[in-house]
Amino acid sequence: MIILSLILLISGLIFFTGGSVGILRFPDFYSRLHPAGKLDTMGLFMTLSGMALYVLTDFSLGALLTALKIMLIVVFIFITSPTATHSIADAGMRAGLPHWTKDQRESE
Amino acid sequence: MGLTNPEKRSLSPEDPSDTKGTKEYGRSSRTPLSTRALTFLVCMITWVILSGRFDLFHLILGVIASLIVAAISADILFPSPRVEALPRVWVGFLKYLPWLLYEVFLANLHVLYLTFHPRMKELIDPQVITFQSKLKDDMALLIFANSITLTPGTITLYVSVLSKYTVHAIDKKSAAALPGDMEKRVEAIFNDRPDLSSGGYVRGYRPGLCHA
Repeated sequence: MIILSLILLISGLIFFTGGSVGILRFPDFYSRLHPAGKLDTMGLFMTLSGMALYVLTDFSLGALLTALKIMLIVVFIFITSPTATHSIADAGMRAGLPHWTKDQRESE
Repeated sequence: MGLTNPEKRSLSPEDPSDTKGTKEYGRSSRTPLSTRALTFLVCMITWVILSGRFDLFHLILGVIASLIVAAISADILFPSPRVEALPRVWVGFLKYLPWLLYEVFLANLHVLYLTFHPRMKELIDPQVITFQSKLKDDMALLIFANSITLTPGTITLYVSVLSKYTVHAIDKKSAAALPGDMEKRVEAIFNDRPDLSSGGYVRGYRPGLCHA
């Protein structure tokens, strides 16, 4: 159980690293939102699941309630993080921010 | 009460067959008892999970707080009068969730691969696509839009009232996956009951917007 929790925590950290590196590497505003919003959500899911499993190792009612509360945080993040990503992208679109397209790069 | 007239679409506030006590316009006595009971149940379960104490004092506090919420704000949490059909939707949603998590995981691995690839700028091809969706219900549109944004490679930019989605996709592979399989699965949550899938669920209190 602790090994599974460790694997989940480390893979969560890998997803977070990918999200941060992606923000730096992607070429324009809209494509930077993809790693920022999504990889961070996945990283949070893995990290919090790892923590919930760790809490559940010595099983008791208190531990079960703590794990349930951690999963409640995951549910909250899964609802609000895509909505926030959508709002940012929508705001950019309404403000008229130009998109980076692939043929733009060939003319560099 | 509730499902007596399934073919009636426009639930205006003056419609007497679906509400209780319509003598006064706009009074909270219009929300039916099933809505209040479901609100009370949801509040009570959340209270017990979050507090973790099962002694009588805290349980009675929870009951009082849930009763106050159910008395005042029951129509905010579940706006439609047809709450008897809701548990069916929840079960359908629970069946949809594992598939969604699996798809999210796979697509996240794809974006991770794109992020760490040394020649990423040749691989990505950001584009904005639009498509018309068959879903009519508010909750179905919400679940579909959130699933699109959760699945990496696509961000929902705009959803029109007539179910037209504008989506930003990061490469052709993610764009080709829409609408496809995901829309079929979201529709499957809502079309066990014909009165739910044609807009009778959440749109009951806005009669002008029913005819998509």
